[in-house]
Amino acid sequence: MTTMMELDQSYSVLREYGSEQSLLSKPDGSSTFVQGDTSILAGVYGPAEVKVSKEIYDRATVEVLIQPKMGLPGVRERAREQCVRETCEAALLLTLHPRSSVTVILQVIHDDGSLLSCCLNAACMALMDAGLPMSHLFCSVTCAISKEGQIIIDPTARQEKECPALLTFAIDSAECNVLMSSTTGSFSVQELQQCIAISQKASEQIFQFYRDSVKRRYSKIK
Amino acid sequence: AVFTWCSVSTADGSALVKIGNTTVICGIKAELTTPPSDAPNRGYIVPNVDLPPLCSSKFRPGPPGEQAQAASQFIADVIESSDLINMEELCIEKSKLCWVLYCDIMCLDYDGNLLDACIIVLLAALKNAQLPEVTINKETDLAEADIQKKKPLKINRLPVGSSFAVFDDSIIIVDPTAEEESLSTALLTVVTDEEDRLCAVHKPGGTSLSGEKLQHCINRAITRNKEISKLVDKVTESTKTAK
Repeated sequence: MTTMMELDQSYSVLREYGSEQSLLSKPDGSSTFVQGDTSILAGVYGPAEVKVSKEIYDRATVEVLIQPKMGLPGVRERAREQCVRETCEAALLLTLHPRSSVTVILQVIHDDGSLLSCCLNAACMALMDAGLPMSHLFCSVTCAISKEGQIIIDPTARQEKECPALLTFAIDSAECNVLMSSTTGSFSVQELQQCIAISQKASEQIFQFYRDSVKRRYSKIK
Repeated sequence: AVFTWCSVSTADGSALVKIGNTTVICGIKAELTTPPSDAPNRGYIVPNVDLPPLCSSKFRPGPPGEQAQAASQFIADVIESSDLINMEELCIEKSKLCWVLYCDIMCLDYDGNLLDACIIVLLAALKNAQLPEVTINKETDLAEADIQKKKPLKINRLPVGSSFAVFDDSIIIVDPTAEEESLSTALLTVVTDEEDRLCAVHKPGGTSLSGEKLQHCINRAITRNKEISKLVDKVTESTKTAK
């Protein structure tokens, strides 16, 4: 079973993904997002009160907290938080809630590669579940470039370790453009363009999944 | 961009860079330590970017804020991605002794474009750094550093960053000042090395950017790399002739 899936990985196929919404009672919106074995639990509180030192007069303040599976959040989590926060700020209609705060809390349940992507997807589903107004949805895809130059999409932790370059992109649903880009390792310009094209194609699948899950959820309510 | 080095006498290597009004200083301290157990034949570099309240009114005293920590992580990623220094060279004896380079990057005047300045100052400080030769005494099993014999570090690559401020996907401004950054809707930093390979494409969110605009930025970044490498070579030559 595992060898079949590993062969499939090299052929631009996303791992099996799934999501569940509204599982926590206290947050205004919550969701889990699972990609293969990587699993993230997201909770959203907002629009809520904000500390006077952090308030912005004409828009909401977005705060993101990423809790790793073990230990306290460190410098690596802060860098990821910055990526998630700025992507959410671009998608949300913040000017509708001035002097308020929107807090997104992400808990890593299990990390088996493509962590930042899974965080962004979970955050988007949780924001949808909370019913916060957004101008567009976003999803995220990770690409890894192996030593032979092959592009692997949605890599596992083992594949990430073996590959010299790792690129994560967040794509928006309106125009399929790159919202966020975070890369490690060195690669050529052609490889970058290829990864962006592959990510845009894969994002269509994830957006269809968002649409289907929302349709299924709201079709029950008459 | 303007830079000088050898400004800090207590550090093993140092440099100061000014890009417009943004002033960043870097000091490198080399210490001996045991290598990490998952990489026993490599030394390591620990970058730390500090944004003290001195540089701008938007930074308050206390623990490092998100921008400083994200910048530190970014510099650490660039060092690893660009293969700047061969880490195996920092190892003196496998599993026993290696060098750890603590790079403290401090911003003295924040006027935007922090990441570009940090990369250049780190590169300049590493080029300037001299490490003493260390041998392990066979009898006492202690390390002995010979301060008289100092060797410079071997730098493999020259990564150079170019930052851009994006306004609603229509206007792109290169090398933004703090005012331009605060008004922009997205920021992008592209780090290239001298072989025109990309070491980092860092766009932490913000409004979307189309493929052709991104390509435009990458081309500009490649030209900038050549300008900065020429500047670094010029300064290296002038210090050599001064000695």
